Amino acid sequence: MRYKLLAAASGLALLLGVGAASAKTLVYCSEGSPENFYPAINTTGSTFDASSRPIYNRLVEFQIGTTNVGPGLAESWQASDDGLTFTFKLRKGVKWQTAAGFKPTRDFNADDVIFSFERQWKPDNPFFKVTSENHSYFNDMSFPKLLKSIEKVDDLTVKFTLNQPEAPFVADLAMDFASILSKEYADLMLKAGTPEKVDQNPVGTGPFMLVQYQKDAVIRYKAHPDYFLGKAQIDDLVYAITTDASVRLQKLRANECHVAIPNTADLESIRKEGKLQLLDQPGMNIAYLAFQVEKKPFDDKRVRQAVNLAVNKKAIIDAVYLGAGVAATNPIPPVLWSYNDEVKDYPYDPDKAKKLLAEAGVPNGFETDLWAMPVTRLYNPNAKRIGELMQADLAKVGIKAEIKSFEWGEYRKRAQAGEHQMAQLGWTGDNGDPDNFFRVLLGCDAAKAGGNIAKWCHKPFEDLIVEAVRTTDMAKRTDLYKKAQVIFKEEAPWLTIAHSVQYLAAAKNVEGLKLSPFGAHIFYGVDIK
Amino acid sequence: MALETADPPKAIAPPHPLREFWHYFRANGGAFAGLVIFCALAMLALFPDFFAPHSPIETRPDALLRPPFWETGGSFAFPLGTDAIGRDMLSRLIHGARLSLFMGGTVVLLSLAAGVVLGLVAGFARGITEIAIMRLMDVMLTLPSLLLAIVIVAILGPGLINAILAVAVVVLPSYVRLTRASVISELAKDYVTASRVSGAGTLRLMFSTVLPNCLAPLIVQASLVFSTAILDAAALGFLGLGAQPPLSEWGTMLADGREFVLRAWWVVTFPGLAILVTVLSVNLMGDGLRDALDPKLKR
Amino acid sequence: MLRFVLTRLSLVIPTFVGVTLLAFLLIHLVPGDPIETMAGERGIDPARHAALMKEYGLDQPWTVQYGIYLLHLLHGDLGKSMITHEPVVSEFTTLFPATLELSLCAVLFAILLGLPAGMIAAIRRNTIFDHGIMGISLAGYSMPIFWWGLLLILLFSGTLGWTPVSGRISALYFIEPTTGFLLIDSLLSDDPGAFRSAVAHLILPTIVLGTVPLAIIARMTRSSMLEVLGEDYIRTARAKGLAPFRVVGIHALRNALIPVITIIGLQVGTLFAGAILTETIFSWPGVGKWLVDAIGRRDYPVLQGGVLLIGTVVMGVNLVVDLLYGLINPRIRHRS
Repeated sequence: MRYKLLAAASGLALLLGVGAASAKTLVYCSEGSPENFYPAINTTGSTFDASSRPIYNRLVEFQIGTTNVGPGLAESWQASDDGLTFTFKLRKGVKWQTAAGFKPTRDFNADDVIFSFERQWKPDNPFFKVTSENHSYFNDMSFPKLLKSIEKVDDLTVKFTLNQPEAPFVADLAMDFASILSKEYADLMLKAGTPEKVDQNPVGTGPFMLVQYQKDAVIRYKAHPDYFLGKAQIDDLVYAITTDASVRLQKLRANECHVAIPNTADLESIRKEGKLQLLDQPGMNIAYLAFQVEKKPFDDKRVRQAVNLAVNKKAIIDAVYLGAGVAATNPIPPVLWSYNDEVKDYPYDPDKAKKLLAEAGVPNGFETDLWAMPVTRLYNPNAKRIGELMQADLAKVGIKAEIKSFEWGEYRKRAQAGEHQMAQLGWTGDNGDPDNFFRVLLGCDAAKAGGNIAKWCHKPFEDLIVEAVRTTDMAKRTDLYKKAQVIFKEEAPWLTIAHSVQYLAAAKNVEGLKLSPFGAHIFYGVDIK
Repeated sequence: MALETADPPKAIAPPHPLREFWHYFRANGGAFAGLVIFCALAMLALFPDFFAPHSPIETRPDALLRPPFWETGGSFAFPLGTDAIGRDMLSRLIHGARLSLFMGGTVVLLSLAAGVVLGLVAGFARGITEIAIMRLMDVMLTLPSLLLAIVIVAILGPGLINAILAVAVVVLPSYVRLTRASVISELAKDYVTASRVSGAGTLRLMFSTVLPNCLAPLIVQASLVFSTAILDAAALGFLGLGAQPPLSEWGTMLADGREFVLRAWWVVTFPGLAILVTVLSVNLMGDGLRDALDPKLKR
Repeated sequence: MLRFVLTRLSLVIPTFVGVTLLAFLLIHLVPGDPIETMAGERGIDPARHAALMKEYGLDQPWTVQYGIYLLHLLHGDLGKSMITHEPVVSEFTTLFPATLELSLCAVLFAILLGLPAGMIAAIRRNTIFDHGIMGISLAGYSMPIFWWGLLLILLFSGTLGWTPVSGRISALYFIEPTTGFLLIDSLLSDDPGAFRSAVAHLILPTIVLGTVPLAIIARMTRSSMLEVLGEDYIRTARAKGLAPFRVVGIHALRNALIPVITIIGLQVGTLFAGAILTETIFSWPGVGKWLVDAIGRRDYPVLQGGVLLIGTVVMGVNLVVDLLYGLINPRIRHRS
């Protein structure tokens, strides 16, 4: 009790020890330490939440809470008719943040844009290797192949030229890896012989500036007073790093933080209590069980359908997702445009499954492996638990499944090589374009390269999704993708498991909080009353 | 009780060592209680299917996280409730007893065998072999046991067998040091010289002459190792590095239930309690063993 | 005396080399491919994979890697984390104070409760006190501390709301890490609430980590006291009519303490093993949690460096205890 009083008193009054009684501090109980503060070499949400989202901006931005791309550091942009050049008109008077040893002398301009991309693109850029040369996303989005040139037209105009048309290009630029860094700051640090400072004490144009980072404990920001969209309503932003979900909730209840990602197991009690607000947002993701279609007996579509029929998906959603997920029918989530809601999922029907197995020549079932990832992912909270449930269901139709797991890197490598018979995996979308699901996970190229672990290369399906990326006509693309989903369901290369729903719990006095389909946590525009 | 039947029926004037041992052991109330609990656990471990009301791996989508029978919503169908995917806690705990005792027992056997051999070799060989063995043991002792076990499991990959191996390696140095020390002190004694003079080979000396005389401390050590092994194996399970689901190892169950700690206390409380009771019973017996076998403390 | 110190030191060096080799080899034997692990679902093309293997020196034969490793060690360079790209040494030094602070508090807790408990048990031998204390301490010794921590959280933080759940201090306090010891740093800050918050956060982890050492110390003190109480000079002192307090408090305790202190000194390893679990449960930002996380992420350099640094710390403490023991007890010194 005494502690509660203490926490409440300190929560309202003490605020950072700096003392200013009117300063507003928002504490976010975050999930984990950021890997570092340079978004372009990382892939995890907790790193982006700590770096690109509060500190940096991009040329274009996803409008908060949607997958729509809107203006960011660029006010407007224009594509040429052939879809090969994009001209961005930059915003005027955007101020850089300050940092220890750095006072910006100029506003944001075209040089910064070019620097930020060349740093990831040109091996001769002095910053190419600083911190790490593993610019994962830049490579994953095949930018080295895609980009022909980036030119400065004038101080506030930049022109991108591509090698081939690419429908999702502008959306790609809203992704975290495309954050814009200050060239002036980088040059200064290079001259001082401490280039890595650029990533340790980051300087961006964003709404919050980094004040202090203590590994595994806390990250502190303060509002950037000259932010181009106006200073944030909160003065100080604190990330209290708390890896354990139930602990996050307890801290939230004890007023030690204002916002936290709750454990799905605790959603029910949060709702019942009614003392916190709970936000939810269907995630841009899919969890699936892929059948290795090159291996017997999964080369037979009836067997794949039988497994689909034999598994009680509702039980998985109830027991593992605990309501924080919706059963998946299509390979793309419902929040994504072109989702075909006319496709019907396979019902839970063990009898029919047995019949299909008999038709396929395996009336007494068979033995198989069932891979479960060793890690928790946004789309799949507990692959082993899902595996155990599937194992029990499959046993009822005579299929003996053995759960297998490997160390995570090994798991993926082996799955990509197609060593499994059935393997769980999943995907989280990057840029709000269906192509980011279809070709990456189910295309024929990906079957060879590895991303398509079902090794499923089906001509009619492939034709549809390739045609869809070559045109920019939205209506036509939507139509093509909808057809592709019908074929996908009939052929059943996967058992689509679920799309997870992400939740965020917050104290009642927090206002303006929005969730993003990409799982980003953004505190600009949030206020405490 | 097994000990009593091993007793020769006609004990004569100087009491048989086993009888004397049993006398001291039984006088120790704690040790006796430990033995009784342990025997009960061993029964559960030997015949889990007889005692467990359900299958430990059968999932029930309609009975998730049922509380124990005395809480509202609980029923005698699942006396200690069910876990997150509707498996009966009691049945899982009973089957877990088998795993834990198996892990503890295997670790003791493996490490005892390897440790005694290494210790005998070090004690007999002296010179460079001895130095090499003892230095290696020093290095292993330098690292905190759990850390070493974690690293070994990281190499071998998580799993029941690998966890057993890791723990067996970690406890090895204690046996090696103990055996070597006893061997060296025994070697100086007359009876060894006597049998050496009468032409006994080194192997014979090692195993038939010297080893039986070093047994008492080794047995006490084995009881300590048994409880340490159960604890460490459970800790590995708790860190996700031990036995893998659907095996109902207690540490793994704890880790599995951790996310429900605020919502369903029973999924974390019972597995831990099971570990505590088991380890406590073994330690009670170990204390009794030490008192009974250690002549210094005999009253 | 100098010879004694030198002998002990010379014994430590081969052990240290052994630890470097062990740290190096253990990590080298790990099967997973760290580059693949980092790539996650999206995969990595072979050319970039090769480039990264080269960047981390993973393409060399292991003998060469070990040579390079030793060379870097001599320069105090333990490599960089593959995840954060920070030097391992600097990560260790920022996190180690947290572990040290927690461990010291736990040892203090164990001594303050364990010594008197053991003494009472010895003096009141075979009474209800003795049996009670020994029973409790055996239970403490048998405790799976990861479960003990969860139980305490469930009770004191969950149900009663008396203590905070995890972390070192409420995130609301902005403490400059001057010494790295939050108890001191928070006192240095002019905010009285900060110190109270730091103390409140320490209570449960201290109890959890201190439980096993407490049990060991209590048992050790008891048996050591019993032995000393049975010796001739104590009987003589008693017979001479010295006050029982003087006999027990001064003569007996002083002599009984020597083995107890040694035991405490040799508990560093045990303590650290406990710290791994305690830090994991309480999200305590220390070295133990850092290592467990590193295993999950296959962060080889961190694992390697961490094993070596912790081995070194344990060795160092053991050496100091050893030397001190030699100082107090000349018999040991001359024997070696």
